Amino acid sequence: MSSHYEAPIRKPLIIGDKNYHDVTVDVARPVEGRANKQWWIAFSIALAAFLWGIGCVAYTVGTGIGTWGSNKTIGWAWDITNFVWWVGIGHAGTLISAVLLLFRQKWRMAINRSAEAMTIFSVIQAAMFPVFHMGRPWLAYWVMPIPNQFGSLWVNFNSPLLWDVFAISTYLSVSLVFWWTGLLPDFAMLRDRAITPFTKRVYSTLSFGWSGRAKDWQRFEEVSLVLAGLATPLVLSVHTIVSFDFATSVIPGWHTTILPPYFVAGAIFSGFAMVNTLLIIMRKVSNLEAYITIQHIELMNIVIMITGSIVGIAYITELFIAWYSGVEYEQYAFLNRATGPYWWSYLLMMTCNVVSPQVMWFKKIRTSIIASFIISLVVNIGMWFERFVIIVTSLHRDYLPSSWTMFQPTFIDAGFFIGTIGFFFVLFLLYSRSFPVIAQAEVKSIMKSSSETHKRIRDGIAHDTHSHPENH
Amino acid sequence: MYTFSSKLKTFSFVLIALGVLGVGYSFFTAPKTIEDVEKILAAEEAHGHGDHGDAHHEAANPHGEDAHGHHADKHDIHKEVSTSHTGRGDGHQAAGHDAHAEHDEHHEHLEHVLHQLQNKPWSALYVGALFFMLISLGALAFYAIQNAAQAGWSPVLFRVMEGISSYLLPGAIIVFLILVAGVMDWHHIFIWMDESVVANDHLLQGKAGYLNGPFFLIRAAIFMGGWILYRQYARKNSLKQDEATDNLYYKKNFKASAAFLVFFIVTESIMSWDWIMSVDPHWFSTLFGWYVFASFFVSGITVIALITLYLKSKGYLEYVNTSHIHDLAKFMFGISIFWTYLWFSQFMLIWYANIPEEVTYFITRIEDYNLPFFGMVAMNFLFPVLILINTDFKRLSWIIVMAGIVILCGHYIDFFNMIMPATVGDRWYIGMAEIGSVLLFLGLFILVVFTALTKAPLLAKRNPLIEESKHFHY
Repeated sequence: MSSHYEAPIRKPLIIGDKNYHDVTVDVARPVEGRANKQWWIAFSIALAAFLWGIGCVAYTVGTGIGTWGSNKTIGWAWDITNFVWWVGIGHAGTLISAVLLLFRQKWRMAINRSAEAMTIFSVIQAAMFPVFHMGRPWLAYWVMPIPNQFGSLWVNFNSPLLWDVFAISTYLSVSLVFWWTGLLPDFAMLRDRAITPFTKRVYSTLSFGWSGRAKDWQRFEEVSLVLAGLATPLVLSVHTIVSFDFATSVIPGWHTTILPPYFVAGAIFSGFAMVNTLLIIMRKVSNLEAYITIQHIELMNIVIMITGSIVGIAYITELFIAWYSGVEYEQYAFLNRATGPYWWSYLLMMTCNVVSPQVMWFKKIRTSIIASFIISLVVNIGMWFERFVIIVTSLHRDYLPSSWTMFQPTFIDAGFFIGTIGFFFVLFLLYSRSFPVIAQAEVKSIMKSSSETHKRIRDGIAHDTHSHPENH
Repeated sequence: MYTFSSKLKTFSFVLIALGVLGVGYSFFTAPKTIEDVEKILAAEEAHGHGDHGDAHHEAANPHGEDAHGHHADKHDIHKEVSTSHTGRGDGHQAAGHDAHAEHDEHHEHLEHVLHQLQNKPWSALYVGALFFMLISLGALAFYAIQNAAQAGWSPVLFRVMEGISSYLLPGAIIVFLILVAGVMDWHHIFIWMDESVVANDHLLQGKAGYLNGPFFLIRAAIFMGGWILYRQYARKNSLKQDEATDNLYYKKNFKASAAFLVFFIVTESIMSWDWIMSVDPHWFSTLFGWYVFASFFVSGITVIALITLYLKSKGYLEYVNTSHIHDLAKFMFGISIFWTYLWFSQFMLIWYANIPEEVTYFITRIEDYNLPFFGMVAMNFLFPVLILINTDFKRLSWIIVMAGIVILCGHYIDFFNMIMPATVGDRWYIGMAEIGSVLLFLGLFILVVFTALTKAPLLAKRNPLIEESKHFHY
C-alpha cells in the first residue's frame, strides 16, 4: 500500500487525541452498552411500520394485486418505483466500500461498514417487490432455471426481469460476503472483549476464529481488493440491468440509451444521500464524531453534488434528444412530464435532484451538518419521484390516446412501502446495537498517517529538520 | 529540463511529410465527375465482382459480405429514413426505386458513389484531426480530475499531461477549420449543411433550429475556446506554483479544474452531438455523448502512459516508478471496461428494441463495417482486459506499450466507425487517405507535445502533493 507519508494539506480523518485503544473502546461501546429509551422508541416505531407492512403484503397476496392502485395501462407503479429506489439506495454501500477502496480513499474507512449494512438491508427491501408484485408470488420459483417435470420447461433469458433476478441475487450475496469478510477482525475484537459467556459465544461464532496472523491479514487484503474489483462492475451492472427493465422497451420516455449510466449515477446519488442521513444521526447517538467528521460529511456532499450534476446532465440530454429526435411520441412524453397532470412530481424531481445538490458548491452549506441532513432527505424524496416520474408518466400516456389514464395509489401501496421502511430501520437499528459500526481494524490502519495526534507529532519533527520522512 | 531529441523531431517531420503526401494524393485522386466514377466502377467490374445490375454495393464492398437480399432491405430503409448515407442526391429516394427506368437509376447511383468518394479524403482527414484533438482533450480532462480530486500519486506526471494537452490549441484550430470548410460547402461530411437536402427532408427542417451553420460554428468556438482557456490558465498557474512561496496558484488551479469539469461535461456532450452524431442527422442516441467521452478519455490516458514510459526510458522522469505506471495501467484497464459497458448498453438497447429509426445505424455498420465494428470490441475490450488484469503485467513497460498501441488503434477505429458509414458508406477502405491523415496528425502531435515538454521542468516543484507523489508506492 501507499506510504504513511501524507501531504500537510490533508486534513486529519481521526480527530481528537485518539490512540488504538480509544478506537476499540469507542467502536465497542454501543455494542457493549445497553440500549437507551430513544433506541427503544425508534425500534418500536420501525417495528410497528414493519408489521403494518406485513399486514398489507399478506392482504395483497391473499386478495390479489387489484388491491393496489395499478391498472390495465399502468401495470407498474409504486411497486417498481420502490424497488428501483431501494436498489438505488443500496448502491452507495458498495460504492463506498469497493469503488472508494479502488481509489484508495482513506476517508471511506469510517463509513464503509454502515454503508455496506445499508446496502444489504436495502437490497432485502428491494427484493421483496419483484416477488410481491407478482400476481402469483407462490410460483416465483419458476423464474429459476431449474430442471423440472414439465419436460424441463425453462425460463426465457431474453427478459430483463429475469436478468434482475440474477443481478439482485448476485449483488446481495457478493455484498454479504464482502461485508462479512470485513467484519471478521472486528467481530474478533468484540469476542476478545466479551465479558459474558453468551456474547463470547456469539462473537466467537461470528468471527470464524479470526486470529489476525500476518498471513491472514495478507490474504484478507487480497480478498478485499479482489472483491472490490468484482463489486465495482457488479454495482454498475446491477443498476444497469434494473434500468434495462425500462430501456429495452419501446415505450416513449423509457426507451432511451442513456438510462444505464444515468440510473447508476442516480443510484450513487440517492445512496450517498441515505448514507449521509444515517451517519449524521449515528455519529451523534453513538458518539462517533471523532471518526465520522465534518470532512467525511463534506466529502459525501461533494459526491452527492457530482452525481447530482451528472443526473442533471442526463435530464437535459433526454430533453434535448427528445426534441432533436423529431419523434412526436418522444416529444410528447417529455411535454407530458413537464406540463401534464403529474407536472408536480416532475417539478419535485427536478428541484430536489438538480437544484438542491447545487447548493453544495458553497463550502458553508456542505460543511453544515443541518443543511447536509436536510438536503440528504430532499435528495431521497427527489429520487423517489424520479423513478415515479419515469415509470408512471411514461405509462399513463403513450401511443394510443384511448388508453390514456391516471394512477391513484391505494393505502395498500403506501402500506407496503412504509412496511419496507420500517423493516429497513428494524434491521439497521438492530445492526447498530450488535455490530461494530465502524471498521475499527481499517481505521487503525490510517492512524499513523491521518490522525490528528500523529499529524501533529510528525509536523513537529518535520519543522525541525525540514525534511519529509519517508516511512513505509 | 527535457530536450527534444533531434531524432524524434526528424521522425515527426517525416511523419508530417508522409502524411501530407498521403492526404494530398487522396484529394488529388478523388473522382471529380460522374465520368470518373463510371471509370472506377468499370474497373472494379473488370476485376470480376458480379454483373452490373446488382453491382452497386457488392462491387464496392471489398469484403463481399453484403448479401443481395440485404441490398433490397437496405434500400427500403433508406427510403423510409434516409440517412446521409445516400449523399446529396436526395432524389434517390423520391424517385421510387422500382418504378424508374434503369438509366435514371444508374445515373443516381453514380452520383451517389461520386459523393461518397469525394467525401472519403475529407472524412479521413476529419477522423484523424478529431481523434488526435480528442486525445489531447482526454488527457486534459484526466489532468483536471487529478487536480480536483487532490490525487496524491499523479503530480509527478502533471507536466507530461500538460505537454499532451498543449496539442489542444493547434488540434482544435484544425478541427474548427474542417468544420468551417463544411459550412462553406467544401465537403459534405455534414449532410444537413446542404440546403437542397434539407429542403426535401422535413425531419432535418425540424432540426434546423439547432443544426444550422452559424449556430454550429458558434457552439464549436465556445467549446474549444473554453477548453483552451482552461488549459492555458492551468498551465500558467502550474508553472507559477513552482516559484511561489504559498499555495495560492495551487488553489486557483483546484478551483479552475472543478469549474472546467462542469463546463467539460456539458460541452463534451453537445460536442459529440454536433461533430459526430450529426453526420447521421436522422439518428439519435442519448448515451452518445458519454460513449464518445469514454472512447477519447481512455485514449488520452493511454497516451499519458506511453509518453511517460518514453520519457522515463530516456531518463527524464526521476521520480516516476512502476507504481505510477501501474496506476495508469489500471486506468487504461478500467476505462476500457467502462467504454465497453457504454458501447454494449447503446448497442444492446437499440438492437433489443429494434425501432427502425434507430436501428439503421447499427444495420449499416454491421453489414458494411462488420470487421471494424466488431474488431474494435476485441481491440478495445478483450485484448486490454485480458492482458492488463495481471498486476505484474501492469508494471512491465513493453506490456503497457503493446496494450496501449492496440487501445489507440482500436479507438481510432471507433471514431472511424462513427464517421465513415455516414459519409462514405460502403465505399470505405483504409488506404492512403486514412493512413496519411493519421501520420500527419501523429507527426504534428509529437512535434507539438514534445516541444511543449521542453518548455518547463518535468517535475512540478512546489505542488503541495508532490512529495506524496514522489514517494508513491503501491
